[in-house]
Amino acid sequence: MITPAGLAAHPRLPMLSFYRDKHEQPKGPDMTLSLPDGLIVVAKADCPTCRLIEPLLAELDQSGSLTVLVQDSEEYAAALPGTRYDRTLEQSFRLGIEFVPTLIRVEQGVEVERTYGWHKEDWRVLSGIGDLGEDLPVMRPGCGSKTLDPGIAEELELAFGDVQLQSREIDISSADDAIEACYERGWSDGLPVVPPTPVRVLRMLKGTERAGDQVLGLMPPDLVPCTVEKVAINAVMAGCKPEYMPVLLAAVEAALTDEFGLHGLTCTTMFGSPMIVVNGPITRAIGMNSGVNALGQGNRANATIGRALQLIVRNVGGGRPGEIDRSAMGNPGKYSFCFAEAEDSDWLPLAQERGVPAGRSAVTLFPGEGVQGIVDQKSRDPESLARSFALSLRTVDHAKLAMAGDAVLAVSPEHARVFIDAGWSKQRLREELEQLLLAPGADLVAGAGGITEGIPDRFKDKQVPKFRPGGLLIVRVGGTAGLFSAIIAGWAASGPVGSSPVTCEVTS
Amino acid sequence: MNESILLDPTAERAPAERARLARPDSLNGKVVGLLDISKPRGNVFLDRIEEQLSGMGIEVKRYAKPTFTRIAPTELKQQIAAEVDLLVEGLAD
Repeated sequence: MITPAGLAAHPRLPMLSFYRDKHEQPKGPDMTLSLPDGLIVVAKADCPTCRLIEPLLAELDQSGSLTVLVQDSEEYAAALPGTRYDRTLEQSFRLGIEFVPTLIRVEQGVEVERTYGWHKEDWRVLSGIGDLGEDLPVMRPGCGSKTLDPGIAEELELAFGDVQLQSREIDISSADDAIEACYERGWSDGLPVVPPTPVRVLRMLKGTERAGDQVLGLMPPDLVPCTVEKVAINAVMAGCKPEYMPVLLAAVEAALTDEFGLHGLTCTTMFGSPMIVVNGPITRAIGMNSGVNALGQGNRANATIGRALQLIVRNVGGGRPGEIDRSAMGNPGKYSFCFAEAEDSDWLPLAQERGVPAGRSAVTLFPGEGVQGIVDQKSRDPESLARSFALSLRTVDHAKLAMAGDAVLAVSPEHARVFIDAGWSKQRLREELEQLLLAPGADLVAGAGGITEGIPDRFKDKQVPKFRPGGLLIVRVGGTAGLFSAIIAGWAASGPVGSSPVTCEVTS
Repeated sequence: MNESILLDPTAERAPAERARLARPDSLNGKVVGLLDISKPRGNVFLDRIEEQLSGMGIEVKRYAKPTFTRIAPTELKQQIAAEVDLLVEGLAD
């Protein structure tokens, strides 16, 4: 169990400094001091193994210089001159302690080896005392270091590590309540946010391998650099877990593409706003909902990932309603709109249709409006159900408009089964719908049917598709009971003129 | 956890200190509320302010807190916010 220094040692060990008292700590870059030569034991009074070896410490002390660092008590090994209560855990942190007891041998200011737990042979070799602990058992495992207790690690890293958070610190110590302070500063979407303390932000950043200062792109409408750290701060406020970060980062990357056109989507007087559809194994790993009530409330990942993206648009980009966000009505999805597809082996998942290899995870960003249900409890064959869908899809934007807004058709499992049992793939359904949605231009032109709204007169002699090519997306989602599907209409300025759906793989 | 330091979630284009609302350039067309917090002689001060504002042709509305020892009731705050553009209150006697 003895490990050579450098393997088990903390990555920061070469820069290690060692202080008997925090007040001795110099400020500035030249804080590399050598460790005290001899032996260092790091222990915890409430660790039975540490108690087991406590009687040996006097013997170790007599054989040479011994420093005992105690993480939780002033009384452990108190009689020994080299015992220190590591109350702040700074020294344990700087030594990279993971277990107690840990025994370290230092020569000429440099750690040469360490062992942890009680392994009689290792302790004898490391201390050079051949009969050390004769009466003790051969081996006893130790306990976890207090530096790794839940919630402690990031506090220590912030206090003693080399963490570099870039964002401005706002002192709200005069405020009665941190949540109210966030409201007052305009950081909220209307619901309470989790106050973004440095510790919470650092924890959030642990959810990604990316550096906090990595710039993901320029966030409209203000076109300011959006860093991973700003994403993490807003993820904290939205209530995300760190493990959601890769999904959120992919969604932000998708939002920042030119194709997605977030600037226009944010500014529009229409309804749309970024909606996130997630595919692949990450959805199960982080517990996303693709089933009962998937488009609704109640699942933390769905709710907070979608919310975090909206908060980023608001806080980083400056896209606030009534300012740059000019939506006449908005839609409830502007709080949060994010769900997972209920993937099924018979229907190709959305991400794979859009080029992501099977087994990989991806987000697809869509400029979604609200949810319009399609109630069809009678169709039992695919032809009837497809006609039902097509008729309902005509209402996207307006029944007399065409090739304007894209749409997502959200097919429930019970409806999907009607197609799957008849051998219809998603692609087949899409092709059938495209045919069914062709309409005589004469019915759609402005003025037709006594309605002034409509498409230009030049289409009156043509068969007109409802959606532009690629403008109809199909996902399978929802609970297993209910012969209902849904339409999520897109922005009426879909495609190159405004916003196109964008799929980004979830990486890190 | 210490919640007195927060990290700024924004693009940091605004000052860290929250700015006060800008004062209007002119009182023309504005409705001014006068809030008596119910401390002795506050009415004397506010009567004089009303006299001067009214003399300038500015509409004035008067309000009073039930007691200076407590914050204003929610209904009163909502009423003031709905009815006036500016509010003047006498804070001490």
